[in-house]
Amino acid sequence: MDKMETKNIMIVGVGGQGTLLASKLLGRLLLQKGYDVKVSEVHGMSQRGGSVVTYVRWGDKVYSPIIDKGQADCILSFELLEAARYTEYLKQGGRIIVNSQQINPMPVIAGAASYPEKLEEKLRALGIDVDVLDALALAEEAGNSKAVNLVLMGRLAKHFDFTEEEWMDAIEHSVPPKFLELNKKAFALGRKA
Amino acid sequence: MKTLMLGNEAVARGIYEAGCAFVSSYPGTPSTEITEYAAKYEEIYAEWAPNEKVALEAAFGASLAGKRSFCAMKHVGLNVAADPLFTISYTGVNAGLVIGVADDAGMHSSQNEQDSRHYARAAKLPMLEPSDSAEALAFSKLAYELSEKYDTAVLMKMCTRVSHSQSVVEPGERELPIQKEYEKNPAKYIMMPANAKKRHPEVETRTKALEEWAETAQINRIEEGNDHSFGIVTSSTCYQYVKEAFGDTYPVLKLGMIWPMPKQKIKDFAAGVEQLAVVEELDGFIESHCKDLGLQVSGKELFSNIGELSQNQVKEKLGKPAPAGVSLDENIPARPPVMCAGCPHRSIFYVLKKLKLTVLGDIGCYTLGAVPPLGAIDTTICMGASVSGLHGFVKAKEEHTGKSVAVIGDSTFIHSGVTGLINIAYNESDATVIILDNSITGMTGHQQNPTTGYNLKGDPCTKIDLESLCRAVGISRVRVVDPYDMETCQSVIEEELAAKEPSVIISRRPCALLKYVKHPGPVCSDPEKCKGCKACMNIGCPAISMVDGKAKIDATLCVGCGVCEQLCKFDALGAAR
Repeated sequence: MDKMETKNIMIVGVGGQGTLLASKLLGRLLLQKGYDVKVSEVHGMSQRGGSVVTYVRWGDKVYSPIIDKGQADCILSFELLEAARYTEYLKQGGRIIVNSQQINPMPVIAGAASYPEKLEEKLRALGIDVDVLDALALAEEAGNSKAVNLVLMGRLAKHFDFTEEEWMDAIEHSVPPKFLELNKKAFALGRKA
Repeated sequence: MKTLMLGNEAVARGIYEAGCAFVSSYPGTPSTEITEYAAKYEEIYAEWAPNEKVALEAAFGASLAGKRSFCAMKHVGLNVAADPLFTISYTGVNAGLVIGVADDAGMHSSQNEQDSRHYARAAKLPMLEPSDSAEALAFSKLAYELSEKYDTAVLMKMCTRVSHSQSVVEPGERELPIQKEYEKNPAKYIMMPANAKKRHPEVETRTKALEEWAETAQINRIEEGNDHSFGIVTSSTCYQYVKEAFGDTYPVLKLGMIWPMPKQKIKDFAAGVEQLAVVEELDGFIESHCKDLGLQVSGKELFSNIGELSQNQVKEKLGKPAPAGVSLDENIPARPPVMCAGCPHRSIFYVLKKLKLTVLGDIGCYTLGAVPPLGAIDTTICMGASVSGLHGFVKAKEEHTGKSVAVIGDSTFIHSGVTGLINIAYNESDATVIILDNSITGMTGHQQNPTTGYNLKGDPCTKIDLESLCRAVGISRVRVVDPYDMETCQSVIEEELAAKEPSVIISRRPCALLKYVKHPGPVCSDPEKCKGCKACMNIGCPAISMVDGKAKIDATLCVGCGVCEQLCKFDALGAAR
């Protein structure tokens, strides 16, 4: 059998948005499917509202814990500007799934820089698959604005060939029981949207 | 059963399986989770020590008592622990002693990117270097075997990418080592000159023996390749980059023990390839060793000694094209980390800036007080340097008195600020030290410390009273303020700066992210009243932005600390009505 090429998802966002839970969930799912998996996170200083990146990689054998430029099959972005920041990491013909929410970084808040306009259009013009959704609105619809991560997981599920049971197992093992129903709802909304 | 584990969790699992019974550490990114995970095992006594020196000495004491012991720290923490480190090298151990040290190439969360491997050579201690979680687990167990077999502390060197990446491991069972008793042995444990002189040759003999072991050790392995035009010597996460870049193309010598390194094994490897290359992050440590062996080798002439490497860099530098990404021609504003909304440190920095003071800073979340628009900090060096530095700053030039302060967090103050304060009291400088007491060790992710009243396991314990501590070392002026009350903060700071004696101001309010902290709820902005003066923008709160010339509060971020309200002259910001 041919060796499976390593698959790469980059999860990017703003520190505090819940990107670590998303990577934990994906890691669980991929391990259950029998893949070799590596998930790389950054802790500490950058978690304080800075730009955060998590790498999720799987295949028959995964070496590097990080995804390098031109390697990502998919970028899952929790915020619009962050999707734009990391396009260099995307493979030619890759896909960006992006929450349309805009969170101003401090240089924009302080008036030293401006938030780029029409980013959605500019991303689409790159000849890549861009899937935009308002994950914050869907999370609020599910009952809590903090469920943005599960909405985005739901959207990711649309593009990957994993079964409903596999996703549900991963969700059940990654979120606290008291938020399980809320998170399942958020996941379903993201998947359907 | 196979499971995904963070490298740090795998170290904790490894020491658990090896029968480790005692862990003492000080938190520091990227090492912190080793100790947090170790504390989850009931069989392991685990604690946060006030600093790394204390942690290592405590771990040594436990080893002396006959229990396998461990302590973890970040790279700069090893500087603090260096004093016991170099002499523990002479004494050796009783039960196994392993020291975890995590480097931070790329400085994701550090003030420098020193290469800890130099410590292994300088202190003459063996150092293992895992490249993923499975090795982190296996090497932790091996480290105890080596420690007891060779009578030495063993360094376990991690890095951000190994510590903070999850990969697949298969946990085993805990096995208790042979029980050891403490036996009095002055010649081995009392390092006064007469004894130490006899121990030093033992250290050199031990290093020779470990060098021998390194020649045949399975963790220093050669992976064959089909193209011998290059042979690559590497270790740690760089091994993963090399394999990702070249697969089985070139032969690879992967070093699992980075000190001492084998000699003959490397020479033999080099003899079988046309060109020898070393791929390693930061300094040319392996490269120097190869050069000492008289080998022709390419290393730092290809790869930078600054920051992290990656698979693309390895490809490009060794002559293989790296993939090009999708390029977006757009100016993307940076997103630096910021103080959280409601952070109790923010208002203090606003006041310090307003008073145009020179501020000697320290290590913690509050280092973010250096970032615009606050920009209120003048220096950040290392743990405790604010307090001791301030003493020199005001002693050297009298005109600095009354115009400069030190700011330091509660945990950092206990770590090594208090000794600086003793110097201020003892040598009588009119220094004003502000302790930012947010009741937790914040930056590393909320660890307890001696001022919080809880220990690592979460149990209530003795709580150091900061006011009494400061008074006990000789500071009679000790004031406590609530940082959310800016007017009082300002007047207290002014009074203490004017006082002709040293003083401590404790700015006390728990971290806004602590679960037990109750917030009043978001502030509202009134666009009718807002004149667009931007006074509220000067505190750098991520919850406030200007939209169409008016201040707008992001209700998902705002916790209602009320600091911005105090800045608004037009009553445009206030509690929701």
